Amino acid sequence: MGVEIQVEHLTKRFGRQTIWEDVSLTLPAGEISVMLGPSGTGKSVFLKTLIGLLKPETGSITIGGRDITKVKERELYEIRKLFGVLFQDGALFGSQNLYDNIAFPLREHTKKSEGEIKRIVLEKMEMTGLAGAEKKLPGEISGGMRKRAGLARALVLDPEILLFDEPDSGLDPVRTAYLNQLIVDLNAEIKATFLIVTHDIATARTVPDNIGLLYRRHLAMFGPREMLLSSNEPVVRQFLNGQRQGPIGMAEEKDAGELAAEAAGGGTLGTLPPIPQQLPTSDGSPRATQRPPGSWLREHGVVPPPGSFPGLEVDLPQAQDGVPTGWTGDSPPRPMAASSGGGAFAGRNGQRDEDRRIEPLRDEVRPVRPRVPAKPPWRQAGDDSLATALLERRGTDDRGRWTDTDTDPHPDPDTADGSDAAETAPPVRGRRRAARR
Amino acid sequence: MPVSATAPVRGAGEFFAFSLDILRSLFKRPFQGAEFVQQAWFIASVTILPTALVSIPFGAVLALQIGNLTKQIGAQSFTGAVAVLGIVREASPIVTALLIAGAGGSAICADLGSRKIRDEIDAMEVLGVSPLQRLVVPRVLATMLVAFFLNGLVSVVGVCGGYFFNVILQGGTPGAYLASFTALAQLPDLYVGQLKAVIFGMIAALVASYKGLNAGGGPKGVGDAVNQSVVISFMLLFLTNFIITAIYFQVVPQKGG
Repeated sequence: MGVEIQVEHLTKRFGRQTIWEDVSLTLPAGEISVMLGPSGTGKSVFLKTLIGLLKPETGSITIGGRDITKVKERELYEIRKLFGVLFQDGALFGSQNLYDNIAFPLREHTKKSEGEIKRIVLEKMEMTGLAGAEKKLPGEISGGMRKRAGLARALVLDPEILLFDEPDSGLDPVRTAYLNQLIVDLNAEIKATFLIVTHDIATARTVPDNIGLLYRRHLAMFGPREMLLSSNEPVVRQFLNGQRQGPIGMAEEKDAGELAAEAAGGGTLGTLPPIPQQLPTSDGSPRATQRPPGSWLREHGVVPPPGSFPGLEVDLPQAQDGVPTGWTGDSPPRPMAASSGGGAFAGRNGQRDEDRRIEPLRDEVRPVRPRVPAKPPWRQAGDDSLATALLERRGTDDRGRWTDTDTDPHPDPDTADGSDAAETAPPVRGRRRAARR
Repeated sequence: MPVSATAPVRGAGEFFAFSLDILRSLFKRPFQGAEFVQQAWFIASVTILPTALVSIPFGAVLALQIGNLTKQIGAQSFTGAVAVLGIVREASPIVTALLIAGAGGSAICADLGSRKIRDEIDAMEVLGVSPLQRLVVPRVLATMLVAFFLNGLVSVVGVCGGYFFNVILQGGTPGAYLASFTALAQLPDLYVGQLKAVIFGMIAALVASYKGLNAGGGPKGVGDAVNQSVVISFMLLFLTNFIITAIYFQVVPQKGG
């Protein structure tokens, strides 16, 4: 189970230059969070501060009850064993081959035999699609492979917290999609706390449970994904939708003249784009900490942009007169506090853990075969009765997680989905899993 | 960026703190034996050949300089004494210092610097391994070991070079050259030469590691770090050489003095 990270009033300066100040947020245990921000806003600095590689000027970072900005160096090395970090370019040791790189943490920190190390390393390499590349040196492989090898190395010690520094930079869209799928599947499997630092909007819109936005030397907003995606706050809205209209300019921020010219030119923000559905795990089962779509919106009575959650039958607040579309608050209502760790599905998932293995990534192209997708019932359009019934019977706890455990919302796809699902259902990423069964 | 007056002082202080950290890490277990052997071999391989090639002409120049003079005043039998004195006492520690700092130190600095900018050092710290203990300590010890042997190599090759020039080219007497070895020089000269070499090796490796681990700003930063590390270690080595020599002459009584 993941560990919660509490960041309070954190400020970092280099000399007289303030990188960001008074950043307070809580990364909930076991959930996927994304830290977004325009280039050069100190996202990577934030990540390095979280691991204790950089010392903040003020503030505290509490992990497992210990403030890592205050602990002694020896203790810091102990706490760091909770972390797995994927650096931008993988940060592999150039003098060692991939196998030795991935085995490095095991050899340093465990008393495992070489045979056992080999088993673990090969398993992680298989998981990240690197099987057969054991003897390659980091200089001989592509950037995408280096990233995956860095991920495999971050995974061997079974971390409680996984940090990703721009996992999608320098990768093509297809590999990015695979890597995002891998991140979601990993989260479902190891249940660690994930933090992804990126400026890729597609990743930020579909992968995480929570989104944070760093802008102009402070944390503009941090909260559940649905809150930021429906937010009308100008900065959040501009960045998450990749628009030119808004306060963010080419060089950091626009001046008053530019903004006035923009307003005079009739430039409006337009309508909010619909909220996409969250990237599911490849076998379709929800992650332990995943909230059902629309739960935050319902809880706060926020009307989402029209066309949100395409293909899903979700009970959402409806637009009425006097109720504006989207979230208009500018500060998070702090729904993330006091995390108890999402154990709602633990019992039911327990029996599935053995057969839930991560689908390996592959470099080679696979033949595309149409298959029946495996999906949970609430994701199927045109299946009103079952989906709505399930959603209504399922209560939510204070953090918007499902609390219902007596009903298995995932009947075996082979028996429950039936063949008609093949025609009506939109294609989902989980089809390769179904194909193997 | 404004340059503050305290910057050099702070740099020196940080370097001193870094050296103390290394000293502390020296006794931490487990000792990185494999890395030590590998680094010793690496440093030896980049320094042995240049050292030998530099020390042959060094011995030859000494022989040339004093050969004619000693012939004119009829003291040709003392050529060997002068050659040994010059080479063992001064030339060989200096040649060792130049090669260790120029070849070994720059290689260490470039290696650590490129690891630093590729985030390898950060990755290692995140994996819970101290780069000081894991990377720097073996390098410092390996450089000290290699410097020790390098000093011996320079002494032997330099004296052989002097012998070759004096005996073969200038028509000196082999017996006189060898017999006068101990006329001026004494055994403590060799000891202190070896001690100097070990200290030079330590300083050069510490400076190179410090500069390498603090490299920043991309590939150019690594180049700058290597440049600075060579310049700084040269200055430090010549200063140290002077100090040790001064102390040595005060402490150890000299022949004929």
